[in-house]
Amino acid sequence: MEAAGLSAGQQKRSVSRRLADLFYGRPRLQAGTLLAGPVGWLVIGYLGSLAVLLIAAFWSVDALSGETTRGFSLDNFNTIVTDPVYRTVALRTVGVAAATTITDALLAFPIAFYMAKLASPRMKTVLVIAVLMPLWSFYLVKVYAWRTMLSTGGIINWALNPLGLHGPGFGTTAVWLVESYLWLPFMILPIYAGLERIPGNLLSASEDLGAKPAATFRRVILPLVFPAVVAGSIFTFSLTLGDYITPSLVSPSTQFIGNIVFTSHTNNLPLASAYAVVPILIMVLYLFIARRLGAFEHL
Amino acid sequence: MRLSRRSKGLLRVGVGITLAFIYVPLIVIFIYAFNAGTTLKWPLEGVTAHWFSVAFHDSGARDAFVTSIKVGVVATAIALVLGTLASFAVARHRFFGRETISFIVILPIALPGIVTGLALSDTFTQVFGIGLSLFTVIVGHATFCIVVVYNNVIARLRRISGNLEDASADLGADTWQTFRLVTLPSMSTALVAGALLAFALSFDEIIVTTFTIGAGQETLPIWIFNNLFRGQELPITNVVAVAVVLISIIPVYLAHRLTREEGTVTRGGAAVPPEATAIP
Amino acid sequence: MRRIQGHPARVALLVLAALATTLFAIGCGSSNNSSSNDNAQKSVGAGEGQLNLVAWPGYVADPWKSDFEKQTGCKVSVKEAGTSDQMVDLMRTGQYDGVSASGNASLRLVAGKDVAPVNTDLVPNYSTIFDDLKNQPYNTIDGTNYGIPHGRGANLLMWNTNDVKPAPTSWDVMFDPAKAAKYKGKISAYDDYIYIADAAVYLKAHQPDLGINNPYELDSKQFDAAVALLKQQKPNVGEYWSDAAAQIQAFSNGDDQVGTTWQYQYFALLADKQPVAASPASQGFLPSEGATGWSDTWMISSKAAHPNCMYKWMDFIVSPAANAEVAQSFGEAPAQSKSCDTATLTAAAKADGYPADPKFCDEYHAADPSFWKNVYYWITPVADCGDSRGSVCMDNNAWSAAWTQIKG
Repeated sequence: MEAAGLSAGQQKRSVSRRLADLFYGRPRLQAGTLLAGPVGWLVIGYLGSLAVLLIAAFWSVDALSGETTRGFSLDNFNTIVTDPVYRTVALRTVGVAAATTITDALLAFPIAFYMAKLASPRMKTVLVIAVLMPLWSFYLVKVYAWRTMLSTGGIINWALNPLGLHGPGFGTTAVWLVESYLWLPFMILPIYAGLERIPGNLLSASEDLGAKPAATFRRVILPLVFPAVVAGSIFTFSLTLGDYITPSLVSPSTQFIGNIVFTSHTNNLPLASAYAVVPILIMVLYLFIARRLGAFEHL
Repeated sequence: MRLSRRSKGLLRVGVGITLAFIYVPLIVIFIYAFNAGTTLKWPLEGVTAHWFSVAFHDSGARDAFVTSIKVGVVATAIALVLGTLASFAVARHRFFGRETISFIVILPIALPGIVTGLALSDTFTQVFGIGLSLFTVIVGHATFCIVVVYNNVIARLRRISGNLEDASADLGADTWQTFRLVTLPSMSTALVAGALLAFALSFDEIIVTTFTIGAGQETLPIWIFNNLFRGQELPITNVVAVAVVLISIIPVYLAHRLTREEGTVTRGGAAVPPEATAIP
Repeated sequence: MRRIQGHPARVALLVLAALATTLFAIGCGSSNNSSSNDNAQKSVGAGEGQLNLVAWPGYVADPWKSDFEKQTGCKVSVKEAGTSDQMVDLMRTGQYDGVSASGNASLRLVAGKDVAPVNTDLVPNYSTIFDDLKNQPYNTIDGTNYGIPHGRGANLLMWNTNDVKPAPTSWDVMFDPAKAAKYKGKISAYDDYIYIADAAVYLKAHQPDLGINNPYELDSKQFDAAVALLKQQKPNVGEYWSDAAAQIQAFSNGDDQVGTTWQYQYFALLADKQPVAASPASQGFLPSEGATGWSDTWMISSKAAHPNCMYKWMDFIVSPAANAEVAQSFGEAPAQSKSCDTATLTAAAKADGYPADPKFCDEYHAADPSFWKNVYYWITPVADCGDSRGSVCMDNNAWSAAWTQIKG
């Protein structure tokens, strides 16, 4: 082709064509270019900052001036291992996170099953929107609404007092209630998606082979949907594990992992960083197990 | 699978209980937006619509709202680009460490916010020595929004078999043309859905934001947190929450329509309708 | 599917290794002290038009805030904080011009070089400040003055008159196990490790053989006793508060019935017609054991972006009219002696929207140094006991660590 005879569009196309030709047949280059950005951001940026957190855990801080001495000291880890309060708080937090996960799984199943298998397409849309909408109301406002409801003069006591009962008030029970409330949609959606993927003919086949619904549920549905449950549990567990705002609003006299990290990070950054390693280890372990169980396909 | 009437009835009760559990607190928020009294006791001491006009004129809330939008838009844009790039690499290529990528991508959202926030804050202030600002907030938000886009796009890419792209190449299109004319349109709804979800996450986020925001700035959640206990401002936060929930019906509906399975295309090219998975 | 081997991931691993090496290099070394102003200002120039303050709730409010803005053209933006820890943390960002620091913040700010010395020649109203506020250990370090006194007060014992009977006269309603159990889950304690001093004040009166003299200078035996007392109190505590507005709401909603607080919350609840009372004003709001308290100082940041406006503020806030206004609004003893002039007090009360109270300064013991001997101002605990015991006292870090243990 003669250069003089090319129009502008054809010239542009030839440049982009040349670039395309560069990538064609070079899958490594393609993949490498694709990955450069995300890998740079996530590996260098995010993992790097986690590494900084880990390194900061070995520093120490001057009592009065707040200056951090960047050295290598195991004091902070020593503190969180030997001082019993850190263990108590960690166990309490993990306990509430586990309770929240189980509660949410139990609450999510009926509605997810109904949405996936029994609802008409229109009902399905309505229910999906009904489940998703609360996610758009602010987390803080929802927690504060619970604080209002749980308070001494609030709606829960107003309803229960005439019956001679009283609500749980503020405390660890309240944290469990509120966390279960907050993260329920994160459990409903994966279970719903997982149930949807189970083909109807599998269930018909099970029925044809003589299984009652309960047996079908136990032997066919549950194993197939379990990875989705694990996927949902990643969020309910992790979001509860690090939360400090909900405890400070509905359980203001009790500490959780998040509270200790938050309140000590201004005064004693190295100690806060050391204690933050605890939820990191727990969640990395949790994620490994979840991946083995196939949960990553259901996120 | 046939379910007895009784089972179906029980199931409906279960659904009702769950929905009630989800919506009672939201209704409480709605009611308290009209609270005229000074305490938060139930029943309310009085009703007024006064707070709605106050909220509308509150400059603190408005500024925080605008800041939240700015942060959300930029963070979503970054997450869109990075998430799409990563999902393309993982879905269309095979390489050593591919499994690790999906693990790393999910870390920012699977690790508690306090860990991400503290880590980023440490890095910005101690290692780079830069002050905290909206820029650092955006970096934090983009990081945990990547996975949301990634999941949506990779799910879609897996459903669209590579055959279409091969066919396009066979017909003479180069890589850009294939991407532009074949891949992108079939992915667009997944991108929009991912973007909506990422924006929602960023809009509501508070913990990572608290650790990465500069001293004088406020996103909407931060503004709410700062005003949560002030008697004058609390009803405004309720009004803001109610308004946001009502407005959100639109994007939620949109996202649902866009991601609803239009049907899968198998390798053989046969279409599988979604109704095949339902129970009669 | 196109197959490729390893390069992108391997490159990533290499980069990570390089990064880790760099980080370890950074990791060893000391943090640099960014350059800051170590000397007091020599003169006050024109205002910069803006002023960013960190202050206790109620310290920077109308009417005096607007008066200041009109007089000087410095527009004030205030960030309220609920504990000294929060104030220190905010000042360390370097983004604020000044802070109303209590004694347990001022020493840390000076040690961390976050505040600059103050030239009192540039603050004309300083000369007429009460003498027992000048040259105190919390505002004058090594002979250098670091701030302008704002005012002082004692921490209050407040209770709900409907629920708490008979009216308490001692802190034992919160500390004595039998009495505190009556209000289990309804006690409101301050969420800061400085509250350990409150336990020490209680023990000073009720367990004199411990020999506690200064509640901030505790050797390990005294400290352990105070910590034990607080651990005993913990099951009865409903809320550890640090946000004043949150405590106001908790008392209005009935979630708390008795607790330690400031006049700011007390006045707010009274204005809202809530049934609360505090130890009598005639006694200076002190329960029988005495109380911890605070004497606050306005300090200027070493990185202040608007130092002239800050000096103008420091002079303004201790001017007779303004100091009288803030003292009556918040409920504290003013630092400015001229604020106690009857005419000034009456005009200030009117500006605040309160009924005139010419006896205000007497009630708050503004001019009575002997009264303040029973009020133990907040101050940072340091290892040096300041007496014959030497350096065996518990320092800041020990108090902070113990607080985590106490809250469980």
